[in-house]
Amino acid sequence: MDSVIFYSLASILLLLSFLKDRKKTKMALKKAWKAFENILPEFLVVILMVGFMLSVLNADTISGIIGAESGWFGVILASVIGSVTLIPGFVAFPTAALLLKNGAGYMQIAAFVSTLMMVGVVTMPVEIKYFGKKATLLRNAAAFVFSFIVALIIGMVVK
Amino acid sequence: MKKIVKRYRYFIAAIAAMLVFTIVNKELGLKALSISGHQIKEMLFIIPPIFVMLGLLDVWVPRETMVRFMGEGSGIKGILLAIFIGSAAAGPLYGAFPVAAVFMKKGAKFSNILIFIGAWSTTKIPMFLFEIGSLGAKFAVTRLLIDIPGIILIAFIISKFLSKKEIDKIYENAKTLD
Repeated sequence: MDSVIFYSLASILLLLSFLKDRKKTKMALKKAWKAFENILPEFLVVILMVGFMLSVLNADTISGIIGAESGWFGVILASVIGSVTLIPGFVAFPTAALLLKNGAGYMQIAAFVSTLMMVGVVTMPVEIKYFGKKATLLRNAAAFVFSFIVALIIGMVVK
Repeated sequence: MKKIVKRYRYFIAAIAAMLVFTIVNKELGLKALSISGHQIKEMLFIIPPIFVMLGLLDVWVPRETMVRFMGEGSGIKGILLAIFIGSAAAGPLYGAFPVAAVFMKKGAKFSNILIFIGAWSTTKIPMFLFEIGSLGAKFAVTRLLIDIPGIILIAFIISKFLSKKEIDKIYENAKTLD
């Protein structure tokens, strides 16, 4: 659904740009291609790793580890799993819902979802290419710690 | 040719590892390969409009405009804009990094770029709607309300931990990336 919006928006902007200045538009497309080609090798590695991970991990294995009774230890484990896995959102939320149904707790799920989205161990090579080692490590570490706060608050609010 | 092999050496190594894995465990290996193939298709579908808009942004938006809206001294306006652009995005987080590089080239403030990255990672609007559907409104709304101050706080912490020189180096590097 949102890809329809994005394609329409990009097409309209591209058309406007083309009507205004052909040369600039050509340059924009060249830059777009270069920016894409620039990270393609890292993209491809990341995608293979995702494939590997999703083939090994499934909802049963994960929910066995992070049950509602698992407490803070479960939250830590959930954060670690969330950090090292890279699952696209449209798979992640149904997976999280399934984990809940299979007995995972809200606190653990909050930690899992939060680290899943904010911490990316697998994508670090891509991030380092743009932000350098220090900023990348800082961002991921801060997001990891932050996810515990999210887990704590969600654990209090959602029962 | 040699250059291509060198650039894609990790990919080639990963493919080789995957093939070995498939020989060891055929069922899981094939599953992993089919998931990867599916992911590549998804990537090729989602990513083109992002990069086209990134190219247009690079060519059409003058540096002065970017500095005025998201640069040093853009204040609250810059923060809100960073959150909005990041939240309106689509696609995985690694799609945000090239966009961030263009922002840097155009002179956006470092903390605003980090806020943009944070928003892209976790407050995307399409994802939020999907989260409500899967985990309930209470869960999704609570998380969103914690996340917005959270990503701003994280951005300021990271900015504080980096020296001016280190940030300048990141900006210099961004110029070479397109």
